[in-house]
Amino acid sequence: MIEFEHITKRYGDTAVVRDVSMAVAPHTVTVVVGTSGSGKTTLIRMVNRLVEPTSGIIRIDGEDNRSVPEFELRRRIGYAIQGHGLFPHRTVAENIATVPTLLGWDRSRIRAKVEELLTLFQLDPDFFGARYPHELSGGQQQRVGVARALAAEPNLLLMDEPFGALDPIIRAKAQEDLIAIQKHFGTTIILVTHDMEEAFRLANKIAVMDKGEVVQYATPEEMLVRPATPFVEELIGASERPFRLLAIERAGAAVEPGAAEGPPIAEDLSQREALSELLWSGREALPVAASDGSIVGRLSLDSLIRRAARPR
Amino acid sequence: MPSPFRFLRLATILRLTALMLLLVFLLLPGWFEPLLKPLVQENAPAIYNRGSLFWLTVLHLRTVFVATLAATFVAVSLAILVTREAGAEFLPLSRSLVNIGQTFPPVAVLALAVPIYGFGENPTLIALFLYGLLPIFENALTGLTSLPPAVMEAARGTGMTERQRLLRIELPLALPVILTGIRLSVVISLSTATIGSTVAAKTLGEVIIAGLQSNNLAFVLQGGFIVAVLAVLIHDALQALERSLAGRAHV
Amino acid sequence: MTVGSIREKEGGSLPVDKLGVIVAALAVYGAFLATFVTYRANRIVQGEARTILESLPPSLGYGLVALVSAGAAIALFKTSAAFRMLAASAVLVALSLLIGIAADHLMPADNAYARISPASGFWILFFAFALLAADALTRMSPGPGIRLLFLAGVLAVMSGLLATGRWDGLSILKEYASRADTFWAEAGRHLTLALGSLAAAALVGLPLGILCHRVDGLRDAVLNVLNAIQTIPSIALFGILIGPLGWIAANVPGAMAIGVRGIGVAPAFVALFLYSLLPMVANTVVGLAGVPQAANDAARGIGMTDRQRLFAVEFPLAFPVILAGIRIVLVQNIGLATIAALIGGGGFGVFVFQGIGQTAMDLVLLGAAPTVILAFVVAITLNAVIEITATGRSPGGSP
Repeated sequence: MIEFEHITKRYGDTAVVRDVSMAVAPHTVTVVVGTSGSGKTTLIRMVNRLVEPTSGIIRIDGEDNRSVPEFELRRRIGYAIQGHGLFPHRTVAENIATVPTLLGWDRSRIRAKVEELLTLFQLDPDFFGARYPHELSGGQQQRVGVARALAAEPNLLLMDEPFGALDPIIRAKAQEDLIAIQKHFGTTIILVTHDMEEAFRLANKIAVMDKGEVVQYATPEEMLVRPATPFVEELIGASERPFRLLAIERAGAAVEPGAAEGPPIAEDLSQREALSELLWSGREALPVAASDGSIVGRLSLDSLIRRAARPR
Repeated sequence: MPSPFRFLRLATILRLTALMLLLVFLLLPGWFEPLLKPLVQENAPAIYNRGSLFWLTVLHLRTVFVATLAATFVAVSLAILVTREAGAEFLPLSRSLVNIGQTFPPVAVLALAVPIYGFGENPTLIALFLYGLLPIFENALTGLTSLPPAVMEAARGTGMTERQRLLRIELPLALPVILTGIRLSVVISLSTATIGSTVAAKTLGEVIIAGLQSNNLAFVLQGGFIVAVLAVLIHDALQALERSLAGRAHV
Repeated sequence: MTVGSIREKEGGSLPVDKLGVIVAALAVYGAFLATFVTYRANRIVQGEARTILESLPPSLGYGLVALVSAGAAIALFKTSAAFRMLAASAVLVALSLLIGIAADHLMPADNAYARISPASGFWILFFAFALLAADALTRMSPGPGIRLLFLAGVLAVMSGLLATGRWDGLSILKEYASRADTFWAEAGRHLTLALGSLAAAALVGLPLGILCHRVDGLRDAVLNVLNAIQTIPSIALFGILIGPLGWIAANVPGAMAIGVRGIGVAPAFVALFLYSLLPMVANTVVGLAGVPQAANDAARGIGMTDRQRLFAVEFPLAFPVILAGIRIVLVQNIGLATIAALIGGGGFGVFVFQGIGQTAMDLVLLGAAPTVILAFVVAITLNAVIEITATGRSPGGSP
């Protein structure tokens, strides 16, 4: 549990973050969205004390984050940034091993952890471990950056526009990976982005920031249905609302019994993707398959249209 | 394109040959006497005979080494100091001082050291040290102030202490640039040390000066070539070291 | 974040300037503990130390101590850069003036051989307040025009002191007085060497640089060779050139007539020329390479010939970088020309090495001081000119 209590940060006379209070539940993904200059980056940098708040308290699992020396605090919190910030003079393995080394883990434990993470991120440890960052592609560098942040098995992972530098296809893949990783470790994630699409894709809860204030902190559904301010509404984009609503849930959740013609779609696809497939193939319904390939039922255009409508 | 590759290999062979020749000349200068004899008048010695060439080379290199070592230590420490928060006030001034200092001709530094430290090894060492500080300090400053911001942010974010960041991230990343400064400093020092023999320091300049004074072209040439080959070889060796370091990490 | 932390600090502690602490410490040491001038009965004997109060009439002595103390106090606390500059300038001008007066004051009427020279205390005070001035100037970050004005001011003060004979009592000027003619002859030779070799290097280096820019394979080879030459210590290169030039003088008809000799000006000139080539060629190449592709494309697009493009587009855009090369060459040559004296090439080095030979440090200074001042003036002037030409030109700017 991460609790922000009346957090304010001023530089001179300008308040970059203004009286923010919110609580982040453990094992969830919270996405902080806002335009540039909205204070979102400053807000999460105060969690691992890269920035000290002017006033207010941040509690991590009930404990004031100023109760331990800052370097100790940071070793406990994973931190991944845009442009990955990998150390160019260290190999991939050494980069990932950074925090475990600082914590004084023994060699074999570090090696095992590095291998585990590289494998998890679909990078062959034997091939990539000894490479230098400049030898990797942008997507690979980014994955190593996240792997490094996770190396010491932190309960909390802070991510500052981690996928900002990636092209759309690699970015989508990276987001999927992140969801899988989050499930795997159960890590609490606070992620900053300016991309609403990314927020809806990843978040359990979204905090929208504007001019240093959190103007709405809610689940994606609630934010769609009841945007707190015109700014939030604008950020979501009025024409995108039904599709964002569909993007939140998986196809599996809308399955109804019965059969349908044509090739099936996977049940862990989002409903938005299912709609897209229905529209493109010109069908009224399509079969839905589980991960083992067995057909679990059908998904109809009608039901999706109903689900895309504003809930009452 | 094979040509640059071949050129590189040719250059390496040339350097190794030059090194071999230099060593043979220093250890067995007598072998070269017939070559140099035509350059001198009857009865004049063709090979420097007022001291061992090898020994002078060793002393020359020792002077440069000691001065560079001290200069590196002090310059890098100062650069670290002014790039920390506590010394940040001195950063702009130290930049201007380095710019001003480098317009001072090394000979003038040597000449001005004499009134203070007298003749012999000391003024040369002091002049080499003082002048050697500048390029190393300037490069260390460049290296430490131009680190990629994302990397520094990540270093802080992973929970490194200030000391760990300096030793594990900042200095290693700045190392190739610092090495370039050391190389520049060494080249200047090799040259200034040669002039140091005019203030009675034991260096290879002695051979050239003796040749000039006694009108012995053979002395002048052998002194000149030893110093020249030594300087070019050391310069190239240091450059190769920099390249291998910078190339590996691709900073 | 930085803004915040600085604010917090300023609020908390006394506004003491860190550099000011150093300046004040040096000033206290220089004024009270070190000796102000050295008095010697003649030019070679050991000197006797004199403090400020011993070297000056009482009113001036106490006045200087008071002024230095005030300057140190101003340095100690954070005040505006302009005010600090003013304080530093006042102390520096007073020191310059009073060192001359001290020499006159101490000079015995009956001994023309007596020598009075600034001692460690003077130099430490001068250094301390020059440091303060440099810091203030850096903080004011004046534009190139102001810097040139400032330089002109310093030179005017110096020439004023020299012209009015205020410094005539100082040993270095005694040394000058006994060889005024040779001094200007050597100065002329020094400048001829430095500027002549620069001109020759520009004449060869610019076309060579353009060629290297256009012919890819040539660039690395030429720069490697020039780099190796640059690495060769100056005396060694002078020495190595004596052989071939001597041979040319003896065997090529007419070579002697145009001044080619084994020793003397010729090898010095050739060596300085060779040293000058690397900065000339390298900066020309860098300058031309820094010309934006778009500018070149546009020039081609409107139908300029290669030649027109070179003179109308590439050259003007590369000019500040080439000028920076010229500055490097000139500062370097002014220093290296000193060494020409060792092979009979003349220049200020003549005094330096004669002085070293005679252990007459005043003579060494007579050679070294003008060299340093010359290099300094050239560097500041050309830097300012480069900055003026670079603004509003290529986005690459000066290197």
